[in-house]
Amino acid sequence: MRSAEDQLVDLEKEYGVVVVGGGNAALCAAMTARETGTSVLLLECSPKEFRGGNSRHTRNLRFLHEGPTSYLTDAYLEDEFWEDLMLVTEGQTTEHLARLTIRESRNLGEWMEAHGCVFQPPLRGTLHLSRTNAHFLGGGKALVNAYYARALKIGVRVLYGAEARSIELLEGKFSSLVVRHNGSEHRIKAKAAVMASGGFQADLGWLRQYWGDAAENFLIRGTPFNRGHMLRALLALGAKPVGDPRQCHAVAIDARAPKFDGGIVTRLDCVPFGIVVNRDCRRFYNEGENFWPKRYAIWGRLVAQQPGQIAYCLIDSKSLNLFMPSVFPPLEANSIGELARNLGLDPRALENTVRTYNAAVRPGRFDPTALDDCHTEGLEPEKTHWARPLDSPPFYGYPLRPGITFTYLGVTVDDRARVILQDNQPLPGIMAAGEIMSGNILGKGYLAGFGMTIGTVFGRIAGREAALYARG
Amino acid sequence: MPADDLLREAQRVMTICNACRYCEGFCAVFPAMELRRVFAPRDLKYLANLCHNCRGCYYACQYAPPHEFMLNVPKTLAQLRRETYKEFVRPSALGRLFEKNGRVLALLTAGCLLLALGLTLGFQPRELVLGVHQRERAFYKVIPYEFMVWPFLAVGCAVSVFLINGIISFWRGIGGRPRELWDWAANLRALGDALKLTYLGGGGQGCNYPDESFSNARRWLHQTVFYGFFLTGVSTALAAFYDHFLGRMAPYPFWSWPVVLGGLGGLGIMAGGLGLLYLKAKVDRAPADEGALSMDIGFTVLLLLTALSGILLLLFRDTRAMGLLLAVHLGFVGAFFLSLPCGKFVHSVYRYAALVRNAQERIREGK
Repeated sequence: MRSAEDQLVDLEKEYGVVVVGGGNAALCAAMTARETGTSVLLLECSPKEFRGGNSRHTRNLRFLHEGPTSYLTDAYLEDEFWEDLMLVTEGQTTEHLARLTIRESRNLGEWMEAHGCVFQPPLRGTLHLSRTNAHFLGGGKALVNAYYARALKIGVRVLYGAEARSIELLEGKFSSLVVRHNGSEHRIKAKAAVMASGGFQADLGWLRQYWGDAAENFLIRGTPFNRGHMLRALLALGAKPVGDPRQCHAVAIDARAPKFDGGIVTRLDCVPFGIVVNRDCRRFYNEGENFWPKRYAIWGRLVAQQPGQIAYCLIDSKSLNLFMPSVFPPLEANSIGELARNLGLDPRALENTVRTYNAAVRPGRFDPTALDDCHTEGLEPEKTHWARPLDSPPFYGYPLRPGITFTYLGVTVDDRARVILQDNQPLPGIMAAGEIMSGNILGKGYLAGFGMTIGTVFGRIAGREAALYARG
Repeated sequence: MPADDLLREAQRVMTICNACRYCEGFCAVFPAMELRRVFAPRDLKYLANLCHNCRGCYYACQYAPPHEFMLNVPKTLAQLRRETYKEFVRPSALGRLFEKNGRVLALLTAGCLLLALGLTLGFQPRELVLGVHQRERAFYKVIPYEFMVWPFLAVGCAVSVFLINGIISFWRGIGGRPRELWDWAANLRALGDALKLTYLGGGGQGCNYPDESFSNARRWLHQTVFYGFFLTGVSTALAAFYDHFLGRMAPYPFWSWPVVLGGLGGLGIMAGGLGLLYLKAKVDRAPADEGALSMDIGFTVLLLLTALSGILLLLFRDTRAMGLLLAVHLGFVGAFFLSLPCGKFVHSVYRYAALVRNAQERIREGK
């Protein structure tokens, strides 16, 4: 069945700008291009119900601002923003693009509100972001809904279930896309294209190239539609890659989560309060190294390196209420041995690990809000904070698997969002925005709400540049 | 769905929501949910009645169908809410009337109309009923004063007792102690939330009713009915005051307080009620409780007809039609009052109680 939006789409016509992708960056590009008067077609690979890519799962956006607003508590200026970025990327960034993103993000909230976004002050769980990040009322899907409504209203044409498969050039310039829609292939012509189709983390075969069989056990936290067709096509056309293809943002999530699209609810924040063992019942990393928001992003990789890509977090009743509730209840037992059996682990091995750990715990003053002095001695690996013996039944266990948020491999762009080729020349008529190019700026690590900043800033630049190019 | 299954589903839904919390800015339900880690039946019944059905959380939900988590918060809470109406109604035998509620209302209304018309035509001479009466006491010539006051007073008292018992049983059912209902600070706050209908505001932009786009239409229409109903109540009380203390008997002149307020109230009910029915006809049913449709429509239609018959009575009170119109209006009013404890009206009392509970929780939290 064709949706009302689909019926407005003329697949024969040549558009000014075609946008591949249906998330935040794509929508910002489409609206910006359309506002210059150019005709715009947006190709969203997913059906309407799942539109919005990984933006569906986001919640806030970080932007530069000089003072408080009704939803941000105080100023956040360039120097601090830059330092925050340096801290997470450890310098793996392209400075002029990163600085451009930061400067162009100035007062982005006003533009977003003018395009339908509604902000809310942060309430409970996200208060630590209340100065730097603006929260969307209802989260990312509500933002995406508002942007689609706005885009359609100003005349952007939208085609759902439209999978761009390849890019065709004419005399070295963009000319058309081959698009699969409703089981048949179409050649869609446009003067310029914006590639905002995300990374490739939903293509398990591609992940396998770097991770081997381990990739079979990865869970994908976001959309199943980021299969990287346009990324692959651009690289095949000679686009200069950026970002380590082997790297991805991976966190440890509940192993019972769906293969795709589990989103925020599958995260587990219990690790600092317990111990984590692999399937051989061995601990493998210091669970209490630092506060969880500073450490959760290394645990995906840690679990991915364990046999079978699985691990188990164990806590006891003392810790059950210290972290955000999660979607699946823990497995519960009155003894470590019974818990091991429930988790499918060797009871004696687990009892042994817990006994050794309990014996190594030194008494201290437990404080979940500080890097406290509860630690182990003589244990390998040690646990440096929040170490308390597991001795108060019932005991609880959560199975963990690596959950992939996004991949870092992308295409190089310049400060006009133009895709750059191996010879450092722009590929005429093709711009890129969002996850497909965020590796230029975020080469490592992650900064909360910054993916949306890159998507919005570069979406707008790409939309503007594509419209300019389309007009000749 | 049986009540136990509904509770299980509501518990599943709230557990997922509590791990997400993206919707916490929409209304009072999510902040109240966040105060809990596990959801006992009493918590779920409370949250179900705290929900105003603004549907913001359905369209914003990344886990809404067809996602495999199949979260449908407004629908689940609405189904559970209807279950609480059945459970807490007093006397509890009335619970069965919530099944096929539209049919119950239709039968009740037909019965009341027949009774009013039958008594009037059966016991009063036809020329009196069909005559023109214009002076003071004109109404009482057709239907004697005692027949108007005493039956309605009796119905009013019984209905009040039922409703108060209903509130108390609901309050206990959501884990409250009866004396906590007299928390003045919480009542003041709840009253403010109710009078402004804060939680159909979706945080300012309105609610997603009748469809995905945001609109304050439903909030405005609902409050037009609400304040219209309030004005008819004021009008009735004023008329009673004129009658008992000033010795002035109805009908009152067109430009008198009881008539002006009652007329405005009736028009408000009609305008708001018609608007609400129009929205309901267009509404996206995906986040709706299908089983509530006959209860919702039945209540609105009965309220509309009651107001309409009152307005017609006002317009034609100087003609031969007055006698029959009076009987018809009283029939509708009687049916409406009798239906209060066993129809959609109870949403107002349980929601108010839930708002009081919520105000207490917020005050305790220092918010």
